[in-house]
Amino acid sequence: MHNTPLFPKDMKGDFYSCHFEKGKQEDTIILNLGPQHPSTHGVLRILCEMDGEYVLRAEPVLGYLHRMQEKMGEIKYPAQYMNNMGRVDYLNPMSWNWAFVGAAEKVMGVEVSERCEYARVIAMELSRIASHLVGWGAWILDLGATTPILYAFDDREDVLDIIQELCGSRLTNVYFRVGGVCKDITPRAVQLIKEFIPSMRKRIPMYHALVTKNMILRGRIEGIGIIDRDVCNRYGCTGPVSRGAGIAHDTRRAEPHSVYPKLDFNIPVYTEACSMARYKVRLDEIEQSLNILEQCIEQMPAEGDVLPAKNIKFNTKLPAGEAYYAVEGARGKVGVWIASDGGKYPYRVKLRAPGFCSLSCFAEVAKGMLLADAIAVLGSLDLVIPEVDR
Amino acid sequence: MQEICTFFENIPPLALDVLWLVAVLILVIAYITVCALLLVYLERKVAGFVQRRPGPYEVGPYGILQSACDAVKLVVKQIIKPAHVDPGLYFLAPILSFFPVLLLFLPLPFSRLLTGMNVNLGILLVLAFSGINVIAVLLAGVSSNNKFGLLGAARGVSQSVAYEIPLLLSTLAIAMMTGSLSFTEIVEGQGGWPWQWNIILQPVAFVIFIFSMFGETNRLPFDLPEGESELTGGFHTEYSGMGFGLFFLAEYANMVVVCSIATALFLGGYKGPFLDGPWWFLAKSWTLLFFMLWVRFTYPRIRFDQMLNLNWKWLLPLGVLNLLATAFAMKFFPVVANFFGFGGAA
Repeated sequence: MHNTPLFPKDMKGDFYSCHFEKGKQEDTIILNLGPQHPSTHGVLRILCEMDGEYVLRAEPVLGYLHRMQEKMGEIKYPAQYMNNMGRVDYLNPMSWNWAFVGAAEKVMGVEVSERCEYARVIAMELSRIASHLVGWGAWILDLGATTPILYAFDDREDVLDIIQELCGSRLTNVYFRVGGVCKDITPRAVQLIKEFIPSMRKRIPMYHALVTKNMILRGRIEGIGIIDRDVCNRYGCTGPVSRGAGIAHDTRRAEPHSVYPKLDFNIPVYTEACSMARYKVRLDEIEQSLNILEQCIEQMPAEGDVLPAKNIKFNTKLPAGEAYYAVEGARGKVGVWIASDGGKYPYRVKLRAPGFCSLSCFAEVAKGMLLADAIAVLGSLDLVIPEVDR
Repeated sequence: MQEICTFFENIPPLALDVLWLVAVLILVIAYITVCALLLVYLERKVAGFVQRRPGPYEVGPYGILQSACDAVKLVVKQIIKPAHVDPGLYFLAPILSFFPVLLLFLPLPFSRLLTGMNVNLGILLVLAFSGINVIAVLLAGVSSNNKFGLLGAARGVSQSVAYEIPLLLSTLAIAMMTGSLSFTEIVEGQGGWPWQWNIILQPVAFVIFIFSMFGETNRLPFDLPEGESELTGGFHTEYSGMGFGLFFLAEYANMVVVCSIATALFLGGYKGPFLDGPWWFLAKSWTLLFFMLWVRFTYPRIRFDQMLNLNWKWLLPLGVLNLLATAFAMKFFPVVANFFGFGGAA
């Protein structure tokens, strides 16, 4: 413990920079990346101790977008709280939708029809594709290439069109309901998905040809930013970060839920543990999600009640009990734990954000790295700051 | 007519030189302004073309007035001086980055007659004054009291120092071949058709020149002093309004200069298959400029150490080898030719 007071009188800067400065060596400078920095994707702040171009120490400072999401869960009915679930992770809202709805349904003991499960899987995979596309484009943008993000957004536009047909909104989607989804899948949505699958399949080889094989890009991310098995286990990294490190863990397979056991898809795993491995995992997952979508469209039963039962109302209370439900989001394992004491509102809602775990390992990984590499690794974690800060 | 002639004869030669220089400088400033406006527009349109979007199209027909609007915005924008900067150096830096550029345009041969200043040491003049830009980058970064600026300046200096050497080596090979440092004579040594250009005899030098060209002008993939994803804006992070505008203008002017030099040295300058003239020079240099823009929107940024490695481990040895090979060829080719009896002067 330091003997100095928490807020010394001659404190320079704010609390974090003051305490970060205590470990400063001679001849180094402390660089404050963010909260307004082009490549921290929002309002992440990273304190770096720099020796020239090398990062000696890095410390992420969080909380600039803390919105008290968990507390809001304790002062709202579950149906009201659904709106928050579209906003925790604005790039992949469906996974949060599902995690919360799944936990609430577990507490209430509600089952949904098979058609509804398929609708949920479709929404989930569409959201994953959209999220991976943005993550891919924005990351390459961090590396200095301005063009891929516009191609990615071009494809994402098609996905958003489908999601709009599903639930009416393009961003911050609130498609799921406790006991169902908000709207049945329309023939037009099916048509759009059928058109989207081949067009997206044609684009992925183009991405590989133009971006993955690019010499400069490979020089920038191949073998850089090793996040290995050990680091993943210690920090609880999931999703593409851990699958890039050779851990074949995917919640869709490890904790089978919904209709995922009936679907045939692979879990892309790479053992290199570098940024390139995470990059490849994401692009491969887009392909696998397309396979899932194709099967869902084929297998989805034509009959079945998709809308929630009439007795589940706006102000329905949760019965006493607790439940945890996890789904595989685009960034990793998205989990929601609800504890209810049978009162008006849930007693406690805990959100497990995968981005938070991925970011925690950044301080260890960035040690001794060049600044440009540290930024590239930060991009490879595919962070969404609202989700990290919650 | 008689009177006018006598009027000009009565002007002392020194005054005539000064008058000529002033006229040339005015023309150069006009050319730079037109180039910058055109390049800003072209850059956005090329970006739009590469990225499958229309680019500017609101202001004027096809968005042609967009760059004029940008220029007005930059000029009228407030110039903010951050706290604790060194005011003298802070305001000197943008001026220092832009004004040497005017001199760089003087020896460029737009045509046989249309040359600002036909000096014998044109290449030397250009190389000497292009070095001043580095000092501007350094001053801007150091004086602006910003760590990003400092890092950007450090990058800028080591990059420019590194890339000037291969640039010099590749230029020297051409100078050695032609036996002159004057742009006009180098162009005169080439023919009108592509196979008579220096690029055929000196492909290695051309490749080295292209690499160094990107390195010298701080353009992507070598735009590390700015590197906006790491350093927000690099050395010009703290500049607003016309302070930034001058850096911006200098960057575009430098692009035009290096492309013009490449045209003169390697691509036959103002010579063409028919009707030699400045139009050939402009066509060739603007093709190179388009190439630079195209590269910018195609490649990611290279890392700092990779960039220096590329320079010190590849371009520099290659440049030296190329120079040596050129020297040997220049020395021994006439001897060998004489020995086998097909003569010819090299």
